[in-house]
Amino acid sequence: MATMIEAIRDALGVMMERDKRVVSFGEDAGYFGGVFRCTEGLQQRFGPHRSFDTPISESGIVGAAVGMATYGLRPVAEIQFADYMYPGYDQIVSEAARMRSRSAGEFTAPLVIRMPVGGGIRGGQTHSQSPEALFTHVAGLKTVIPSNPVDAKGLLIASIEDPDPVIFLEPKRLYNGPFDGHHDRPIQPWTGHPMGDLPEGHYSTPLGQANIWRPGADITVLAYGTLVHVAEAAANESGVDAEIIDLRTLLPIDTEAITASIRKTGRCVIAHEATRTSGFGAELSAQVQERCFDYLEAPITRVTGFDTPYPVGLEWVYFPGPDRLVKALKEVMSY
Amino acid sequence: MTTHQTELRLHVPEPTARPGEEPDFSSLAVPNVDETPKPGIDIPAFDTYPLATGMVRVMANSPVDPPSAAVAKTSAWDPELSTADKLAGYRNMMVTRIIEEQFLMLQRQGKAAFAVRSLGEEAVAVSAAMAVDASTPGYGPGKDMHFPTYRQAGILVANRHSLVEMTCQMLSNTGDRLKGAQLPGLHSVTEAGFFSVSGNLGTQMIQAVGWGMASAIEGKRNVAVAWTGEGATAENDFHSAMVFASVYQPPAILNVVNNQWAISSFQGIAGGMNSPFAQRGIGYGIATLRVDGNDFLAGYAATQWATERARAGYGPTLIEWVTYRAASHSSSDDPSRYRPKNAADSWPLGDPVQRLADHMLATGEVSQAELDQIRAEAESTVEAAVTEAEEMGTIKDGINTPPREMFQHVYATPPPHLVEQAASCGEDLLADLNTGGHDH
Repeated sequence: MATMIEAIRDALGVMMERDKRVVSFGEDAGYFGGVFRCTEGLQQRFGPHRSFDTPISESGIVGAAVGMATYGLRPVAEIQFADYMYPGYDQIVSEAARMRSRSAGEFTAPLVIRMPVGGGIRGGQTHSQSPEALFTHVAGLKTVIPSNPVDAKGLLIASIEDPDPVIFLEPKRLYNGPFDGHHDRPIQPWTGHPMGDLPEGHYSTPLGQANIWRPGADITVLAYGTLVHVAEAAANESGVDAEIIDLRTLLPIDTEAITASIRKTGRCVIAHEATRTSGFGAELSAQVQERCFDYLEAPITRVTGFDTPYPVGLEWVYFPGPDRLVKALKEVMSY
Repeated sequence: MTTHQTELRLHVPEPTARPGEEPDFSSLAVPNVDETPKPGIDIPAFDTYPLATGMVRVMANSPVDPPSAAVAKTSAWDPELSTADKLAGYRNMMVTRIIEEQFLMLQRQGKAAFAVRSLGEEAVAVSAAMAVDASTPGYGPGKDMHFPTYRQAGILVANRHSLVEMTCQMLSNTGDRLKGAQLPGLHSVTEAGFFSVSGNLGTQMIQAVGWGMASAIEGKRNVAVAWTGEGATAENDFHSAMVFASVYQPPAILNVVNNQWAISSFQGIAGGMNSPFAQRGIGYGIATLRVDGNDFLAGYAATQWATERARAGYGPTLIEWVTYRAASHSSSDDPSRYRPKNAADSWPLGDPVQRLADHMLATGEVSQAELDQIRAEAESTVEAAVTEAEEMGTIKDGINTPPREMFQHVYATPPPHLVEQAASCGEDLLADLNTGGHDH
């Protein structure tokens, strides 16, 4: 059994063992092993030239990663919190994402930028954000977000092996256990959860493939990261036979899995923790409307974070928990 | 209590002369060529302080050098190049000047979307490229990598990139190796050691440092050579580059080309008034040289020194090149709106091409007839290249690239959404995939 932290650490270890080009670095990510411990032991195992601390400079971390990738390495950079990513955003958007295109394939940036996302840890507005839509809007990037340890390892290995830049978002509330949004209940560990049973060694989970997390007949819930577990709780508590699709990769999006499910159920609820307006749910909603209009029996409904900063004191008002999802499921079913 | 000023006001630096006024470069101190010492490549970074405030110079023939000094004073930095190397430098600068003039004309004729020239500062890129190339057998283009801006086309000329291909990129025609993806002049030529030029300023500085870090991680001695104008040293990427270079000591050269102007903003707006940009290197603990940027031999020597230092494992060097942007910023710019029209003629460090010519004539190495011959050959070479490139079309012809090119290089393999979008333009990317015609 493994936590998501151990799964990520395992993926890094497997890849650094297999491929000398793989290097890992970030703020506090070397000797200490990262504030969430995802890179713990890598420096001791592979040496300081392959796992090291960086200055507190996200533009430096990402910019250096771009340079290393164009040289021929496979850098895996850690941004300590996704909320700290913005100083490095120009290097992601204008440089890493466009390197292949602007040089007609002469220079490429096969790198991975890992960053913890999401709230539910009393992190306030600077440790809780979910900026996935800022990446899915960018041509040339791939954006990945696992919901469990088994996928986290397989997706991270696939991301490191991918020839293009990958943004790897880690829902930090899931690091130590599946979280269904019931914050007032005892914390569940990954121990005993089927997706905490980590296969050993090298395996990869293909990018661009969604996973039917929970099969169902009545309604399709499109979710990713923490909200997969919230949706599962909501399905169980509402009695609605929801089919929960864990998107796993946001770009490229698995359109086939989405349309197949909605053509079956005729109803769609989209759930994410990020702010609502221009969030990734808007893209999902547009695609469902474009591809499944004739099959829809109810309006597409979004359950999301609010268009406010993530407030530490009102965290559980902001967080789209199971109660809000239950309400949405029932409304869509009764339409 | 002492009142120093009756009124506090925001300080906004102003250049010494605006349009209609006489150019005034009296604040630029130009030391004699024998004043700046040449230390060993293993000198501790901080001990290069005198080199960050002085100026590496070799040719005592700038407009402000006393005439009698033309061959009299010797510089510790003299790279003692052969006449053949000096003539190669002269030719490369001449070709750069002529072909960039042609590019501007093509832009004026509507055949190129955009054009940038390095007029008046050709010695910078040409001398550096030649010095890196010649520094160590087995290194150079293909091993070392320049991370240039759009004003270092001289690197491509010096590193023997095809002038036809270079022109095709300017014209966005069927011979454009970048398939119309990038603005004219923002070349990418890996075999010439020329990294893809971004167009966003300063981003390449930290990338070059990362590239040099990768070289060190792999235990190699490949040198990264970063380039920025003085204006973009204000960007955070420059400072990220300096911090990372200081921390990890990669084999890298960080070049700051101080050509005095960032479009219409003089170097004071980038913070160059109170200390030379070179001094920032000392602040970060990086060995630093300040160089007469219009002195081909000084530029060569400084780059040679920094390359050897990097290659030997003594870490990065910052080089500030003091030069003057005699040209407009770009084909979209009119400098007469913000600086005196004849300002370049008054520049104390003169013209780089003329100075190298004068030097070789003064030493008796070459005759004026030989130089004239080189110039004539450069003109005919450029003319032939432009003519050949124009036969492959210009942007005036409309679309020169199949639409599929727009979709093919976004990812290694086009994902489904791009396959779908390409289909809406009538392009079948899946057919390309099946025939292996997609990008690597």
